[in-house]
Amino acid sequence: MTSPQPKIRIDNVHKAFGKKKVLDGVSLTVSKGESLVIIGGSGTGKSVLLKCILGLMQPDRGAIQVDGEELTTLSTRERERVMHKFGMLFQGAALFDSLPVWQNVAFGLLQLGRMSRAQAKELAVEKLRSVGLKADVADLFPSELSGGMQKRVGLARAIAEKPEIIFFDEPTTGLDPIMADVINELIIDCAKDLGATTLSITHDMASARKIADRVAMLWEGRIIWEGPAADVFNSGNPYVDQFVHGRAHGPITDNAGR
Amino acid sequence: MTQFLALIGRVFLAFLRHTGRLVTFSAVALYNMVLPPYYGRTLSRQMIEIGYYSLPVVGLTAIFSGMVLALQSHTGFARFSAEGAVATVVVISLTRELGPVLAGLMVAGRVGAAMAAEIGTMRVTEQIDALVTLSTNPFKYLIAPRLLAAVLMLPALVLVADIVGVFGGYLVGVYKLGFNPANYIQRTWEYLQPLDVISGLVKAGVFGFIIALMGCYNGYHSKGGAQGVGSATRNAVVSASILILTFNYLITELFFAQ
Ligand SMILES: Nc1ncnc2c1ncn2[C@@H]1O[C@H](COP(=O)(O)OP(=O)(O)O)[C@@H](O)[C@H]1O
Ligand SMILES: [Mg+2]
Repeated sequence: MTSPQPKIRIDNVHKAFGKKKVLDGVSLTVSKGESLVIIGGSGTGKSVLLKCILGLMQPDRGAIQVDGEELTTLSTRERERVMHKFGMLFQGAALFDSLPVWQNVAFGLLQLGRMSRAQAKELAVEKLRSVGLKADVADLFPSELSGGMQKRVGLARAIAEKPEIIFFDEPTTGLDPIMADVINELIIDCAKDLGATTLSITHDMASARKIADRVAMLWEGRIIWEGPAADVFNSGNPYVDQFVHGRAHGPITDNAGR
Repeated sequence: MTQFLALIGRVFLAFLRHTGRLVTFSAVALYNMVLPPYYGRTLSRQMIEIGYYSLPVVGLTAIFSGMVLALQSHTGFARFSAEGAVATVVVISLTRELGPVLAGLMVAGRVGAAMAAEIGTMRVTEQIDALVTLSTNPFKYLIAPRLLAAVLMLPALVLVADIVGVFGGYLVGVYKLGFNPANYIQRTWEYLQPLDVISGLVKAGVFGFIIALMGCYNGYHSKGGAQGVGSATRNAVVSASILILTFNYLITELFFAQ
């Protein structure tokens, strides 16, 4: 065997909406068990990249492989099978507001039809406990929860089917710093428990520093830098420098007269 | 001038694009309605929502329509001494036309709008994306049960509307216009043919499909937050109403034009 096969391989992915190019040749690999964090400003296409990997959007061009299997050409049915490998925590948690919390968490398990509702509920309560929520939350509806609790439920739902790969879309955005750190630690713990590969996107540097093994920066539709998390604050790349230090002036904003 | 032509061309192209998208959407929805897995829980919830909770609004519409029909035809027919035809006119207009059309329009406002708003909100809050990541086909889980429920329940509602409407006509006929009760009922049955009722029920099934299709389609393709959901809801009701009136004519022609 040569070097082990990457868990996720993204190769030269392009995506445009009308005339607007959002992704312009993104290439990335994530190895098994690694935690990669993609940083980048708002509207740079981070969510679009995740949705392309998940098949929620079709890229215009490029290859996306998971465990060496090409995803962009799969049929709907085959994709459903591959989806079982994935868990996703959405930016706004995206809980089903017509279902109580426990049915949200157990949704994937209930759809499989392999367990009774009582069993599924038991399992949901256990998952809720693992993200720090008490059993009495199970019967509430998502609208009755705070933002931080919704994120926790979203996390519980994402890990319920023991995915091999978990995606996090801005997991800490909109939370207070303490709750953000709680979520960061939950992400690390959950990924470690499952031995999962994680791909997170964020513009919260505290979060990136905490959860990343490796960091990549997306700008103008390309990955302009990637390296170990430890190097991100002295990357030598002026774009990365401006972003991670949150400066109003620098190459990112100077070229932004578009 | 060229600008004007370009505008017409653009509008025409947009029309073709939307029609194509709608046809594809309907085909996928129908395909998923027929093939398993089926979501019985969603189906029964939708059937109750559409059938049972629409009863008051459809019943009230029908009873007043029956009443006003009796009154109007009485005063109108008195001009050529044909008051005796009131009962027949009431029952035939109701079963063939007013029952299905009025029930269709009321349900379009009530149920079509609710479907568009609910599915539209699920779209803009990424709940539909979340369904996909949980290996659940949104066409099966959200759309097929709604279509099926509407196609099944609308005929039932129209049957109720027919009966309630005839009863409204009877009330006015007997208590206001002084018809003999037995005579009025006999007149109601005398010239009624099965095809009058059947054509109305067929219309109802088609209208049910149109209502659910427009609600789901507009909701599914809504974008851009609360405003997008608002316009999806409006489009669902307006397009369903227009299509109902169009298909009402086409089906009438199919059944009754020699
Ligand atoms: N479905 C869509 N249709 C049109 N434009 C879109 C769509 N989704 C995203 N975009 C555009 O793509 C760009 C990147 O969006 P996104 O990936 O959400 O940014 P972020 O990096 O903040 O997650 C934005 O400018 C957005 O307007
Ligand atoms: Mg985003």
